[in-house]
Amino acid sequence: MVLAELVQYVATGLLVGGVYALMSIGLALIFGVMRVVNFAQGDFMMLGMYLTYFYAMSGGVDPLLGAILTIPPFFVLGFIVHRGLLARVTGGGDPQRQMDAQLILTLGLSLVITNAATMILTPTPRGIRTTYATQAFALGPILLNQARSYAFAMALVLAAAVYLFLTRTNLGKALRAAADDPEAASYQGIDVRAMHGLAFGTGIALVAAAGGLLATYYPIEPSVAGNFIVLMFVAVVLGGLGSIPGAFVGGLVIGLVQSLTLLVLPFQLQNTGVFIVFLLVLYLRPQGLFGRRARTV
Amino acid sequence: MASRARGWLGIAAIVAAGLVLALVIEERYHHRVLTLVFLWAAMGLAWNIISGYAGQISFGHQVFFGIGAYVTVLLVVKTGLTPWIGMGLAVAVAVLAAVLIGLPTFRLGGIYFGLATLAYPLIFRIVMDWLGYQEVAVPMIRERPAWFMQFSEPRSFDLLALGVLAATLVLSRAIETSRLGYRLRAVKENEQAAEAMGVDAFRAKMTAYVLSAAPAAVVGAVYIHAILFIVTPDAVFGLLVISQTLVVSLVGGIGTLWGPVIGAAVMVPVSEVLDTTVGDRLPGIQGVVYGAALMLIMLYAPEGLYWRIQQAIRSRAGRGAGAARPVIAPPVDTIAASAPTGAVLLEVRDLWKAFIGLQALSEVGFDVREREILGVIGPNGAGKTTLFNVLNGFLVPDRGTVRFRGETVTGLRPSALCRRGLGRTFQVVRTFPHLTVLENVMVGAFARTGAVDTYVRTGAVRRARGVATGTLTLVGLVDRADALPGGLTTLELRLMELARCLATAPRLVLLDEPLAGLSSDGVDVMIAMIRRVRAGGVTVVIIEHTMQALLRLADRLIVLDQGRRLAEGAPGEVTRNPAVIEAYLGKRWLARMRAPTC
Repeated sequence: MVLAELVQYVATGLLVGGVYALMSIGLALIFGVMRVVNFAQGDFMMLGMYLTYFYAMSGGVDPLLGAILTIPPFFVLGFIVHRGLLARVTGGGDPQRQMDAQLILTLGLSLVITNAATMILTPTPRGIRTTYATQAFALGPILLNQARSYAFAMALVLAAAVYLFLTRTNLGKALRAAADDPEAASYQGIDVRAMHGLAFGTGIALVAAAGGLLATYYPIEPSVAGNFIVLMFVAVVLGGLGSIPGAFVGGLVIGLVQSLTLLVLPFQLQNTGVFIVFLLVLYLRPQGLFGRRARTV
Repeated sequence: MASRARGWLGIAAIVAAGLVLALVIEERYHHRVLTLVFLWAAMGLAWNIISGYAGQISFGHQVFFGIGAYVTVLLVVKTGLTPWIGMGLAVAVAVLAAVLIGLPTFRLGGIYFGLATLAYPLIFRIVMDWLGYQEVAVPMIRERPAWFMQFSEPRSFDLLALGVLAATLVLSRAIETSRLGYRLRAVKENEQAAEAMGVDAFRAKMTAYVLSAAPAAVVGAVYIHAILFIVTPDAVFGLLVISQTLVVSLVGGIGTLWGPVIGAAVMVPVSEVLDTTVGDRLPGIQGVVYGAALMLIMLYAPEGLYWRIQQAIRSRAGRGAGAARPVIAPPVDTIAASAPTGAVLLEVRDLWKAFIGLQALSEVGFDVREREILGVIGPNGAGKTTLFNVLNGFLVPDRGTVRFRGETVTGLRPSALCRRGLGRTFQVVRTFPHLTVLENVMVGAFARTGAVDTYVRTGAVRRARGVATGTLTLVGLVDRADALPGGLTTLELRLMELARCLATAPRLVLLDEPLAGLSSDGVDVMIAMIRRVRAGGVTVVIIEHTMQALLRLADRLIVLDQGRRLAEGAPGEVTRNPAVIEAYLGKRWLARMRAPTC
């Protein structure tokens, strides 16, 4: 009986973690290629939720399909944001300052998006009604919420697609080359700025799709970004900044920790478990689970 | 000295202007805006201490603001303690929190530090919610309102906030002009170079963090009594607090005490006016304005308004004043090429160091004798720089010991080694690019200031300036003292780095390819300089690629190849060693040299 309860918590954690994993690989991709910590990632997720909601309300599109349909417009949006904003920040040639400047730019972007969304979309939470949101698959004594199960499965498929794109296609390899050594990549005829745009667009598209999947069971509101951006950061740091498989595992771990924290702490303190794991990882293994310790001198 | 007086005058001017405004303004709402300007300027200044001077961008500074607010108000509610005293206790709690947060977090570099700081206010927010402090109101106290910081006259809050601002300005100014200020700037510009120059980076950052936590807590406490009246976790630990802090600091310019003041004076009234005029119809307009301000400033003036204005004034004033550059002539070489050597100064035994997939050092051992010039040569990848990094503490060896002046120093931090008399320069010169040449060298000079200066701080900066000027004169660079490193030639940069290293009063210097990239004249200057350093009683260990130069300079050579010590001895001896020739030139050369002459 106790074991069944434990398995239930693990299963719930993994299902939620799958969606976290998808949003986190978007952030990891952007950091891995561009060295930009994107504070606005959660806001693009929020916009992805709203677009999925819009699809569902205006065209009756099922949110699971709607999530996929957010990918093309958000890819374009990400590409434009990169070209129009991020690529213009230089930091006076000093890489550290450029990193800081880009980070603060995305923080500003996040503030603008959250607050503009509050003005335009109103703070009222919305939801998409689906038949499967309240149903569950029963595996013996274990119950798996259907919406979360579908979202989990789709997240896995999308993450696998990204992985195959990065490892099997020439474009993906060019992207990784641009990430590893932008200068050497540019000597090989790789357009590094275009690769950055591609990475940012893909990263934004992934988080928007994750938002769409989340919308099947989570209330949609303008302030939703704040609840998730920190979880994404934690997942990405946990996996090793910039590592895609690391971020994926990191996302799953966050889901697990959140769920298992409930066994020992009250619901309100759910995220303290996550932050404690985060700080422990930073303290004990700052390069993350999958990262390599950089040589210092 | 003139600029020093100008700094204090500037603070006095800001306070005077604040006083005049506080007295002139009539309308209650305008007083509120004025109070907000003062408080956010002070908060920006607090943040600027750790993130501007020390360069450690903190995204969680509202944690101290929130602690200040909660501790003060809870003390009033639970014990009836006046906020005037409660504020002091709140500062103590904030300082304690800064120490507890800083200890683990400053082990993280760069972006990791910033990300970690995000987590702390979130944890506080959750915990405050859970403890049931979702809303704590300041209790209304009718009798003795002033004793409970509950003024009915809005002017009083102006003056209180102005007092907080003035105190924070004085604190910032004191840091800027002190030894700590120079050290923080050095850490910000190049942490490793700072460490090698005797700056304990961890300690400097911790000090700055504590000093920036204290005013933030005071601002939080005053903010609650002047503006909010009700503490909620979201209002004090939330993102809007740090956003506002970042906005005033970054718009104004960081790393200077004028920046946050300018930023607050511009941004706070704008956002307040917008909030009152269209805030009802468009809730969140403040957030949009802050976000847009951050984006615009990063796109068009990432250094902030203050620096942008200063740059404009300077370029107007400095037009057409291209300084003629004196040519550095090699000093007359009257010093003997070799000198008698003394006792063993540095003992290296059985050093091993491996990186992932690479054994960089194996079983390396040798002695360095007092007043000798020891050359370390070897082909690329032989482990020369790794050896230096182990010797001066950047890397901890996997095995083996280093003894310096009879003391085992293996595993000590570079700053600790520097203070014991072990200096170094770098293969690629590491400057503090935004400090002048003189200030670069002063950072080194602070390393030698002894125990007396810990208590008599006022003299430390003046004395360091004296030492730095003397050292710059020694290397012939005193004419360039006020230049920034960016405008120096390669030779001048190498000389500056040497001067910075000498300013630490070392017994032993490790020079990593000091001749790299120099013209033949430059090589002559540098060689003469190194001889002069030794003549001054300093022992020299030097890595060099060019055999020619080293044969002129070194008393003894050590040859490294693939992480192992291949040979050791007098230069002439070593260069005839077959194993050395093979390592440098390959087997075929060796065969050719061995073959009888045709």
